Amino acid sequence: MIRLPITEADLHAYVDGILPAERAAEIEAYLAEHPEDAARVASYCEQTASLHRVFDPMLDEPLPQRLEVPRPLWVRPALRYAAVVAWLALGGVAGWHLHEYRAAGQFEATTWARRAAVAHVTYSPEVRHPVEVGAAEEAHLVRWLSKRLGASVKAPHLGDLGYSLVGGRLLPGDRGPVAQFMYQDGKGQRLTLYLRRDAGKQRETAFRFSRERGVGVFYWIDGGLGYALSGEIDKPELLRVATAVYRQLNP
Amino acid sequence: MADLRAQIEDQIPRLRRYARALTGDRTLADDLVQDTLERALTRFHLWRHGSDLRAWLFTIMHNIFVNQARSRLRHRHESLESNAAVEAMQAPEPDWLQLRDLDRALAQLPHEQRTVLLLVGLEQFTYEEAARVLQVPIGTVMSRLSRGRERLRMVLAGDSNVSALKVVK
Repeated sequence: MIRLPITEADLHAYVDGILPAERAAEIEAYLAEHPEDAARVASYCEQTASLHRVFDPMLDEPLPQRLEVPRPLWVRPALRYAAVVAWLALGGVAGWHLHEYRAAGQFEATTWARRAAVAHVTYSPEVRHPVEVGAAEEAHLVRWLSKRLGASVKAPHLGDLGYSLVGGRLLPGDRGPVAQFMYQDGKGQRLTLYLRRDAGKQRETAFRFSRERGVGVFYWIDGGLGYALSGEIDKPELLRVATAVYRQLNP
Repeated sequence: MADLRAQIEDQIPRLRRYARALTGDRTLADDLVQDTLERALTRFHLWRHGSDLRAWLFTIMHNIFVNQARSRLRHRHESLESNAAVEAMQAPEPDWLQLRDLDRALAQLPHEQRTVLLLVGLEQFTYEEAARVLQVPIGTVMSRLSRGRERLRMVLAGDSNVSALKVVK
């Protein structure tokens, strides 16, 4: 049998795993007799392996907001569509409320609660993708959201009340990014905590409550962050959770 | 159309991975991906249905990268050190020391070699596909791959001659 000479191109094709088995075997036989080339080939294989080791984790990262392709052109499944419809409806309602609430602060606050409720009804029914980053990566989640909001945020632990953290996501708000943490109890009942940096004059406010189409929302401002806790549970229960959240963030 | 957009969306994580390895910088990488997506969106009509969408997107990215390479590279060398530290704090990198070493080593490759090495090694393009993306003959891809891998090997092995070359550059 006449063997073709081994070329530099063959060595790279071998590294890239694209040679037919027979030719690959010839290369291996050659490498066994040429330790310098063998070392080189081993090093090239290791280069490819480390590229994957170091850069592959990026494939699983949530995309930064600016790389999400602009909606509504990119409306994906029904949920996003529902979210857009909800937002359009919200605009209408908010416009109408402008007449009702002349005081700008009051208007702002009710809009905030309504947005929290819309975000709650949009994401809490999600089965497969309720959050962008799961609770298993809580430290990363909190770091990421803190960075995007430009403020130190924490995910309160509500295990004592029977709610465990599912994870969180980043959402667009009218004045910058908003974070949403999701919790769930043993029966699958979900609560969401919606928060953003609040640069308004008020550093803190009392709890306020509003009910938006069946979703209860307690909302307040504390330490320069605006919070809204939403859930489809009765008011006393929701208040109990809101109080626990507040206490944890103000130990 | 909506389907095609979804297909583009599916490619974003890979475009980010490649851009991150290519530029050595998370922010620059996302800038590059953003520019690529914007250009792709305005040029949908130029894409031939049935042709390889991934190769098309990488070609767009490559063209933007080459056009911007000179000023960006200058930028990157200045910011490399601080960037690695920032990434170590904010990103879920598996091993930031290894990331830093690899970033530094890749930065010492001419971008023609780095591009080929990453398209083939990281993105697993075939040599023919890489040649199309880079718009060069396949022989050029092969010689750049060969030189790039050898240079990277020397740099990673801490060859002082190679390091000295960087200073001169």
